[in-house]
Order: sequence, then structure tokens, then C-alpha cells
Amino acid sequence: MGATSENPHQTGFLTAWVPVVLAAAIFAFFAGMIGDVSAGLAPEWSWAWLPGLDVALAFRVDGLALTFCLLISGIGTLIMLYASSYLNGHPEYGRFALYLFSFMLAMLGVVLADDIIALFVFWELTTITSYLLIGFNNAEAKARRNALQALFLTGAGALALLAGLILLASIAGSTRISEIVQVEGLTEHRWFTGTLILILLGAFTKSAQIPFHFWLPNAMAAPTPVSAFLHSATMVKAGVYLLARFHPAFADTSLWIWSLTLAGAATAVWASILALRQTDLKQALAYTTLMALGTLTLFLGQSDAYAMTGFITFLIVHSLYKAALFMVVGAIDHETGTREVAQLGGLGRLMPVTALAAALAALSMAGLPPLLGFIGKELLYAGALDAISAPVLVTAAALAANALMVAVAGIVALRPFWRGGVEALPKTPHEAPWQMLAGPVILAALGLIFGLAPSLLQDTLVAPTVAGLLGTPDMAKTLTLWHGVNLPLLLSGATLALGAAIYALHGSVRAFLITTLSRLPAFDNGWDVLINGLKRFAAALTAIIQTGDLRDYMRWTFLTLLVALVATGLLRNAFLWHFDLSDMSFAVAAILIITALAAVTATRATSRLMVVIAIGVVGVGVALIFITFGAPDVAITQLLVETLSVILVATVMLKLPRLYEGGTNPFRAGHALIAVALGGTMTLIMMGVVQGPLDLRLTEFFEQSAWVDAYGRNIVNVILVDFRALDTFGEIAVVAIAGIAAYALLRATSYHKKGEEK
Amino acid sequence: MIWTLSAPLLLPFFTAIIAFLTRRSVAGKWVSLSGAVLHLGAALVLVSAVLDQGVIAGSFGGWDAPFGIALAADYLGAAMVVITGIIGVAVALYSFADISKSTEALGFHALFHLLLAGVTGAFLTADLFNLYVWFEVMLISSFGLLVIGGSKQEIDGAVKYVTLNLISTVMFLTGVGLLYGMTGTLNMADLHFAVQEVENKGLLSVVAIMFMVAFGVKAAVFPLFFWLPASYHTPSFSVSAVFAGLLTKVGVYALIRAFTLIFTHDPELIETVLLWVAVLTMVTGVLGAAAQSDFRRILSFHIISQIGYMVLGLALMTPLGLIGAVFYLLHHIIVKANLFLISGVANRIAGGTELARIGGLYTHAPLLAVLFLIPAFSLAGFPPLSGFWAKFIVIRASLELEMWIVAGAALFVGLLTVFSMTKIWAEAFWTPHPDALAPKLSRLSTHDWRAMMWPIIALAVMTVIIGLFPGVFYPFVETAADQLLNPTAYLDAVLGPDAVAAAQSAVGQAVIVEGN
Repeated sequence: MGATSENPHQTGFLTAWVPVVLAAAIFAFFAGMIGDVSAGLAPEWSWAWLPGLDVALAFRVDGLALTFCLLISGIGTLIMLYASSYLNGHPEYGRFALYLFSFMLAMLGVVLADDIIALFVFWELTTITSYLLIGFNNAEAKARRNALQALFLTGAGALALLAGLILLASIAGSTRISEIVQVEGLTEHRWFTGTLILILLGAFTKSAQIPFHFWLPNAMAAPTPVSAFLHSATMVKAGVYLLARFHPAFADTSLWIWSLTLAGAATAVWASILALRQTDLKQALAYTTLMALGTLTLFLGQSDAYAMTGFITFLIVHSLYKAALFMVVGAIDHETGTREVAQLGGLGRLMPVTALAAALAALSMAGLPPLLGFIGKELLYAGALDAISAPVLVTAAALAANALMVAVAGIVALRPFWRGGVEALPKTPHEAPWQMLAGPVILAALGLIFGLAPSLLQDTLVAPTVAGLLGTPDMAKTLTLWHGVNLPLLLSGATLALGAAIYALHGSVRAFLITTLSRLPAFDNGWDVLINGLKRFAAALTAIIQTGDLRDYMRWTFLTLLVALVATGLLRNAFLWHFDLSDMSFAVAAILIITALAAVTATRATSRLMVVIAIGVVGVGVALIFITFGAPDVAITQLLVETLSVILVATVMLKLPRLYEGGTNPFRAGHALIAVALGGTMTLIMMGVVQGPLDLRLTEFFEQSAWVDAYGRNIVNVILVDFRALDTFGEIAVVAIAGIAAYALLRATSYHKKGEEK
Repeated sequence: MIWTLSAPLLLPFFTAIIAFLTRRSVAGKWVSLSGAVLHLGAALVLVSAVLDQGVIAGSFGGWDAPFGIALAADYLGAAMVVITGIIGVAVALYSFADISKSTEALGFHALFHLLLAGVTGAFLTADLFNLYVWFEVMLISSFGLLVIGGSKQEIDGAVKYVTLNLISTVMFLTGVGLLYGMTGTLNMADLHFAVQEVENKGLLSVVAIMFMVAFGVKAAVFPLFFWLPASYHTPSFSVSAVFAGLLTKVGVYALIRAFTLIFTHDPELIETVLLWVAVLTMVTGVLGAAAQSDFRRILSFHIISQIGYMVLGLALMTPLGLIGAVFYLLHHIIVKANLFLISGVANRIAGGTELARIGGLYTHAPLLAVLFLIPAFSLAGFPPLSGFWAKFIVIRASLELEMWIVAGAALFVGLLTVFSMTKIWAEAFWTPHPDALAPKLSRLSTHDWRAMMWPIIALAVMTVIIGLFPGVFYPFVETAADQLLNPTAYLDAVLGPDAVAAAQSAVGQAVIVEGN
């Protein structure tokens, strides 16, 4: 994965630094907006993208958007810096940086978009860039599979989201999110339930809530900078962002409260348990990300000021420590060549800076004072106790998840550094290059700084965001390390005690989990079953439709026509069942009978010659009918064509194989039935048509104008060469093209034969 | 006016004649390319005339409609001719590298331009029998292009293609005969009024259904699409690109024309049938694609499922639905032709189209990878590419009518489209080549690189431009849809305002008499 300095593909200076500098400039730009936003302003910008459908590229920077923007561009800068060293010398680093930077822009678009379609466009762009990044190690089958899994699941959610957003815009009569959330009576609309379910599907798949959670740990097939950035700090939070964005509009409906509470609680607890099971550092972190996403969803299901303040604080806390820890794990992997917990230990002396960053991040993750994680956790407990849904459930879920986090923090970030007894490692570890240290150190330090001075966040980001979430200003609770002795503090103490106990026992807990969980069906296997089932179903269906046999195709085509005509005729009562045949002469009846008999003979003939003769008789019969009805010229043409075809076919026949092997002709009842039924239906239709009045406008015009205006005595000739000359031109072209095609076919097949002989 | 209309129709015939005469010389392909460029130029003149004056019409030989044959171009017709011109130029250039000298000597370029002539004629004619003539021109020239390679596989595909299309043509001709017997006219604008005076409306519906089946075969809808997957993967890449881009779309165009201009008397029946046909076409097409493992076969089945979206737009019969159908038509021609052109490059540098036997294009041919991703993701409906807007419009139109199942099917099919497009991506691009080959674009000679890659680049750029600036094209498409739903401008242009007024009052009286 990483490369040494003697690699010939040394990453160029510009390739390495341009993304970093650009990302830093974007961060600086958004940092400059803090003043305005904290003063309650929400700068907007828009461009009419598709005015015919009210689609605008509209952006709006409020507290929530700005918080996300700063996290995305700030962590983005550090990740770009980290990646330039982590993947230094990778031959495709240019592509990697391009995808990663494109992702960052798309993610910024998601959180800034004020137009629902613009939001969706950026949402899908994050899906695509994520797909390309998960599959970055494209030679590995696992990377390709997991990339597709993520694309398919989040893509499915995105399609539900698209439908939901279109319906929402239709209900609200606006495509602007800032207007939609203020529309009265949104939740009383008869479409509301369906709309909300569709939007939730989009959010839950993107943010990997149960039962859509399994793609996220698999997405860790991507290089570590990608995991840190997309699948922990930013993209997976897009779903959470969406929920937060629509919180003001929907938060008072029971569908919202319960679906978020239940999905969030289940995800948080289940993911924490699974995290404990992992032996790979990166996988363990992936599951703690799921836990965080569950927690954020759980608290967005509530509407209390504590819950909201806790939500935004925990969002910031998590992004800081999780990105830092992923980068630490990447550095360990890079420097030691392994991420297996059992093999790692004693790295604290060899990698002291990394160890310090890891310790700070882990303490924040465990929620210990004086780090920001502690403040976040206190607020969450306060919010949980006032939960609108079920305070006991929310508090219990939060307690369980947090306690497990304490244990996981110990396993992931403390043991590899401070545990003694190092085993032989694939590489001799030393401190990572400074580009890979800057990120973890800065982010971990911020967790401490914000913990000591929470006022840095209070009015700048937290207050405006909470105001946006609740729709009223000045509701945000104060971020502080010391609230006095109260229930949340006691819960914090209980969390730590419980977490420490789990940490102490984690070896046996893990063994227990592994044996128990292996007996349960895994979602990931379900995915394979689903995909294989889909493939098999598709193959079976296609084998039925596309048999490769022309006779099947013809049968279905004629049958379709037959069914369509008969069904329409019966449904619309179109057929006349009584016709007067009394004026039919004996001659005509005789011709018809002979023609019909000839047709039957053709179907039953056992030799080609017989078929040709029988069809010839049918043709002659038709010509005789033309003569009877006074169209000798048409009859002559018909006879000529018939004679010519019989001669041609007879000539070709000499070269063809026998018609039926063994000389017997199996009579096909089905084919006969279709033929007779279709012929009968056509007769019924014809009888209906001739019973209506015949409009002779064109005939009369041709009769009058043929000589007077077109100077021709033969009306048919004049029609052919003058009135409808373009048709005749086209038909002549058809004959000429048929000639070219026949020439090409004959010559091409002889070329081909020559080629085979060679 | 008639010359503006007939220039894009007649030019390919002249090109075809000269190309046939020069088929054995190096000049042949240059004649073909110049002819294609002139054809596109004539198409652009036509569309600017239409933009300037609205619907334009003219009649051949000075015999006015409904007695002579009229040509007419509304927004949809003119746009289709321009797209035909674009695909014509792209494929004419691509064939420089794709078509061998021996195939050229058999008259490839002549057949190619005759096909363009047939397609153009179908988009411009205002006469139902004349439309049949252009269908024949298309059918026979496409047959020639299918068999020109001469391999057994190609001839097998061609036989299936030509047999089933011939059946469709016969149905069409029968329908024309029946309709003439009921109305005494062939001009489509004249038919708009004439069908309203037919007494047996039930029988008219039967004839309408007959046209639907005939055009349905051409458009390759369920359950009539057999000929398409049987033949599209067999001919040269140039041929399959132009087929994929244009042929089925002529069928869709004919469906749109017939059921917005002529058969409007029984909307309940027509819309219901079209709706279910659309859904089944989308679903069976995309499942068919999921079952394939060949680059071109996957693309072929995708044509079918995408035709479903277009028919869906028509079936909704609302302004937004038709906007979606027209947008889909225009976007899809560019995207689909391009994907087939790309499969040709993949075949050349990676040595095949069977996905299991190729690979490594992502690592070794990054430019081709990008150029594939653009039309592929556009086809799958990812924003901000052209296919997203097409899908968005159709889905929004069905949601507005509360057609939940239909909208759900359209969304689900979109997901399955992603599934099989990524199959091509994962296997041909991401997976290393099974023979450890490095399929670099430099395996093409400079001459071939230019001939093959520039058309692909140009079409990809168009896809991106439509995707990024849909607002530029939307008003045009909106007008096109409006002209279809309210064909007054078309009728006025073809028949003349006086005749239209007379016909309207006659129909009005007939309605009053019926009411009494």
C-alpha cells in the first residue's frame, strides 16, 4: 500500500500539495463566515439551474451547514496532507487525490444546498466518489465487491430519497429547504407518511442504520485516509445531516420520533457490541462509527434543547476523535505492517507523538474530563433523561453504548501503545512522517482545547445550529465541564465503571461474542444471497424470453398481435358478427376455397417444392380475386411477382438441405391455431372496415387532376410518378438497396469462406 | 420551404450514390464523412428554420396535402433529425478505423447513408404511407449493414432481425390499408380530423392497437423485442452504434406521433396499455441485462429497458410526461451510441467484448475509463449527467399522477441499471486483464486513435453539457412536448389554417349531430 522512497513513482510536489492548499483555502473561507452566521445571518447564493422545473443551484449557510463545512474542509485539509504521505509513490495517487477532492466538494454541496434537487445531485456525487474510492485497490476482488455493495445500498436509498424529495416539494409547493421546513400543515398531508418513510430510507442507508449497516464496515476496504474521511467523519454523516436538516419540519410526528429512536438505539448498542468483537483495529473503529451514527440518530429523534445541544456537540467531538484515531491506526499499519490487536504492543516508546495523539483522542472518545467528549456525553445524558419518546430506553441505550465505547477506546488506542510484550512485527516501527502526524495531533488537541474552553464553540457553532434545529434562537444549553452533582454526572461515573469492567474482561467477552455471533445469520451473507438470487432470477427469466429460436420469437410476436386485436375488439365491441354474403358469386367463393386449401397444403407439405407450389397457388388465387374486382393491372403485377418468386425460390432450393429430417412433418397445432385465429380476426376487422362509408376525396381529386393538372391519362401511373412520386422514389431505393445488400451478402460470405480456407 | 425540409432527406441519397461509386477507392470514406457533415449542416439549417418559424411543412411536386405527400418538421422532428446528423458524423468518422477496406468495397458507406436517409425520412414525413416507405428503406439498408461482415453469427442475427421486422412492417402496412379504408386519407394531419368522423370508434381502437404492435416491434418493447438482443451484438461496432442510437428510437418516435396526432379518441385504452407495456419493458430489459456477461449484450438489453422509460413518458400523456419522453429520446441516442463506440475501442485494445476475457482498462486506459463513466453513469441516471434529468422528469411526472407502482418500478429499474453498468466497469475496467495484457490506448495507431476517440469525446462532452446546463435545452423540449399535445401548429402548417378551420367546424358539426 505505502511505498518507500526508492519507488520510481515519487508523487509530484504539485500533486501532493495542490489539494492540501485548496482545501485549506476552503476552510479559511468558511472560517471567515463564522462571524456572520453566529450573528444569526444565513448567507445565500443561487443560480437558476433548470427554471422550467424550479430547480436552482441554491446554497445557504446556516449554523448547521457551517459546522459541517468546517469539519469537512478542516478534516479534509488534514486528510489530504496525511494521504500525500500515506500513499506517497502510489502510481495512481493523482486519481486518488482527484476523487478525494471531488468528494470533498460534493460533500460541501450536500450540506450547503438549499434546493432539494441540488441536494440530491451532490448526495449522489458523494455516492459515486465513494464508490471509486472504496474500489481504489481495484485489483482486489474484495474491494470491487464492497464498492458495489456500498454503491448499491446507498444508491437504493438515494432513489427512495429522490422520490421522497420530489413528493415533499410537491406537498410544500417549494423546492427550497429553508422554505419547506416552515410550511404549515406539512405533516397533515395525505402523502406525508409515505414521503417521510422514503426520506428516512435515504438517510438510514447513507448513515448505515440497522438493517442497512453492513456496508459500512465493508467500505473499510478503502485506503485508510478514505475511511477516516468518508466513512467516519463526513459522508456517512450525510444521512444524519439530512435528518437534522428536516428536524424542524418533522420532529413532532410520532413516525419520526419512534423510527429515529428505535433505529438509532438499536444501531448504537448493536454496533458497540460488534466493535468489541473485532481484532482488527480499523474494523473496530468502523463499528464505533456505526455506534456514533446510531447515537446521533437516536438524539435527533428527540426535540429537547439538551438533546439538540448534545447532538451537535457529540457530532463535533466524534468527527475530531474518530478522524484522529483512524489516522493513528493508518500510521500504525503503515509503520508496523499490521492492524491486528493481538500483535501490537509497546509502541508508546517507539512512536511517542502518535501515542500522545491516540491517548487524547481515546480519552475524548471514552468521555473523560477535561475533554470535549465528556461535555458531549453529559449533554446527551441530560437529553436522554428528558427524551420525548421513552427516557428509560434512550438513557439505557446511551449508557450501554457509551460504556462499550470506553472499553473499545482502551483496546484500540491504549493497548497498542502501552501494553508490554511486543511480538515480532512485519516492519520495525518508528514515528510516521510529520504529514501523517499533523492530523491526529491537531484533531486530538482540539478535543482537549474545546474541552477546556467550550466557549470557543458555544456561540460560534453550537448556538446557531441549535437555533436552526429548534426553530427558535437562544435555546442552546451551555457547554461546560462542571454542572454540579446531578444525574448525568452519576451516569458518567457509571459509564466509566462499567466500561472499565468490560475492558478488564474483554478477552473472554470477545471469545463469547465470537462463538455466539457465528451462530447468527450475518447481514453480509444475506447480501450475497440477494445478489446471487437476483442474478439467477434474471438469467432464468431471460432464458425463457430470449430462447434463440426464431420460431419462438415469431410465435410470440403473432400471438401478441392476436391477443391485442381480439382483446381490444371485444372490449370495445368493435366486431360486427353478422355480414351479408349473399352477393358473393360462385366464382369468388370457389377461388377463396381453393386459396384456403392451398394455404393449408403449404403448412402440411413435406417437401420444399410442395410448399413453393402451394404458396404459388395462393398467390394466383389472390390475383384472380383482383381480376374479379376489376383491377387487372394489379392482378398482372401480382402474377408476375408470384411467377418470379416461384422461379427464384425453386432455383435456390436446389442448394438447400431437406426440409424435415426423416421426411415427416410434425403438424404444429399451436401454430395452426394462431394462424387461423389471426386470419379470422383480420377478416372480422376487414368486414367492419368495408361496412363503413368510403371517403373518396383523394380518388376524386386524382381522377379530376390526373389529366387536367398532371397531363397523364393513366391515373395509377400519375399517382406513382407524380402525386406520390416520393413513395415511388423510396421504393425504387428499396429495390436498389436490396441489390447492394444482396451483393454485399454474397461477396461477404465468399470472403468469409476464403478466410476459413486459409 | 420544401428544400429546407427535403435537403437532409435527399443529401444522404446523393452521398450514398457517390460513396457506392467510390467504394473501392480511398475517397469513399471521405465522401461518407463529408456527406455526413453536410447532412448535419442541413439538419442544423432545418432546426434553425423551425426555431425561427415554428412548425414548417411543405409538399412534394406542388401537390398540397392531403393529396400529395407532405413533409413537416415540428420541434421534435427537427431535433431528431439533428441528432441523426450528429450520430451520422460520429459514426462516419469512427468507421475510418472500424471498417475494413474489404467491407468498404462491398458498399458499407452507401448502405450507411441510405440508413440515415430512411431514418431522416421517417422523422420528417407527414404521410403515413410515406412513413412506411422510409421504414422499408431503413429495414433493407440495416439488413445490408448486418450481413456485410458475412460471418455466420452476423447472418444468423440478421435473419432474426429481418424476419421479425418484416412482420412488423407487414402489420404496419395492413394498418395503413385499414385506416385508409376507414378514412380515405393518408396524411397524418388530415387523419387527425378524419378519424374523428369514423363511426365505429371501437374498430378504430382495434386498428390503433395494430399500429401499436407494429411500432412496438420497431421500438423493441415487451414482448416484441426479441430481434434486438438477437442481432445488436453481431455486426461491426460502427453499425451497432448507429442501430443502438437510432433504430428503436424511430419506433418510439412513430408511437409518439401516432398516439398524439392520430389516435387520440380512446385515451383510456391506449394509455393503460402503453403504461403496462412501459413497465414490463423496463423490468424485463434490465433483468435481461443483468443476465449477460458481454459488453455489447449488456448494452443491448439496456436499450430495451430505456425504451420503457420513453414509452412511460408517452403513456402518462401529460405535458411533463411527454417532456420526459422527448428528453429521454434525445439524451439516450447520444449516450447509447457512445457506449457502443466505446465497446469497440475496448474490443480493439483489450481483445474482446466478453467481460471475463478482458480487463485492466482502468489502470492502462484512464482516458477511456473516464469516457466510459460519463455515458454509463448518465445511462444509469446519476446526476449531474443528462440521464438524471431524463429520469427525474419521468419519475416526477408519474408521481404527480400518484402512479406509485409505476414510479417505484422506474426507480427500481434505475438501481438495476446501476448494477449492470457497474458490472461492465468492475470487470472490463477494474479487474486486471486475465492474460496480464496492458490494454493501453497507444495500441491504436494515431490514425485510428483520432477516428475512434474524437467521436467518443465529442458525444461525452455533449452528455456532460446537457447534464450541466439542462436549462438551456428544457424550453425547447417543453415546446416540443406542447406541440405534440396541442398539435394545432402542426395541423396549420401541414394543411393550411383555412383547411384546419373548415375541418374543425366539420368535426364540430359531426359531434353536434352525434349528440342529438
